[in-house]
Amino acid sequence: MELTRRNAIVMGAAAILAASLPVRGNAAAGDLIAAFTGGAEVGTGDIRLIAPEIAENGNTVPIEVSSDTAVEIMVLAMGNPTPNVATFKFGKLAASRAASTRIRLAGTQDVVAIAKLEDGSFVQTASTVKVTIGGCGG
Amino acid sequence: MAKGVKPRVKVPKTAAAGDTITIKTLISHKMESGQRKDDEGNVIPRSIINRFTCDFNGENVIDVTMEPAISTNPYLEFEALVPEAGEFTFTWYDDDGSIYETAKKIAVE
Repeated sequence: MELTRRNAIVMGAAAILAASLPVRGNAAAGDLIAAFTGGAEVGTGDIRLIAPEIAENGNTVPIEVSSDTAVEIMVLAMGNPTPNVATFKFGKLAASRAASTRIRLAGTQDVVAIAKLEDGSFVQTASTVKVTIGGCGG
Repeated sequence: MAKGVKPRVKVPKTAAAGDTITIKTLISHKMESGQRKDDEGNVIPRSIINRFTCDFNGENVIDVTMEPAISTNPYLEFEALVPEAGEFTFTWYDDDGSIYETAKKIAVE
């Protein structure tokens, strides 16, 4: 494409538009899921996610993930500027495939947990959390 | 190194061999997400603990990759098997390269 004045204006406008769009977590989250699963199909099943229905403060939202046969569990917050939250890898001496922690949520959104099971398959579950005060500052 | 980082770990002192115990860990760390801005509108650079591991006598119990969405003073609770007497070692890896370590011994009744 020739760099004419018109093209320059069009490109500039496109760049401004792209930069001003709110950061959407969903496309990034899709990539993260694909990177974690290697493109394998994600079913439902042996994965549980406990998160509050309503979180007053998005800065500390207690969550718990558990599964009977998971080797790895990834937690994603679909509406956060960066959707990944944490990845738990269970070692040989993990008594249960469960862990709990506290996370930040930018606003009301779905929290997703994806587990890689011992047989190599992937399962996921989601839970919607209503957040009264967001936890990402700004 | 981030200031005032203090790991705290709760492990029972004794257990029966083969028992399952619950471990709670907390480390004081501001976990700056890299999303916040200061009064002048400059982005405060990210400074978090990005990884936590727990081992018992050299065998891994859990290995957690943490992202900025983990809250200030990261708290983790999980369960471990105690096959014999020994020592749990806990390691936190900071973005700035610092490593915070602590260990807890456990006796078998």
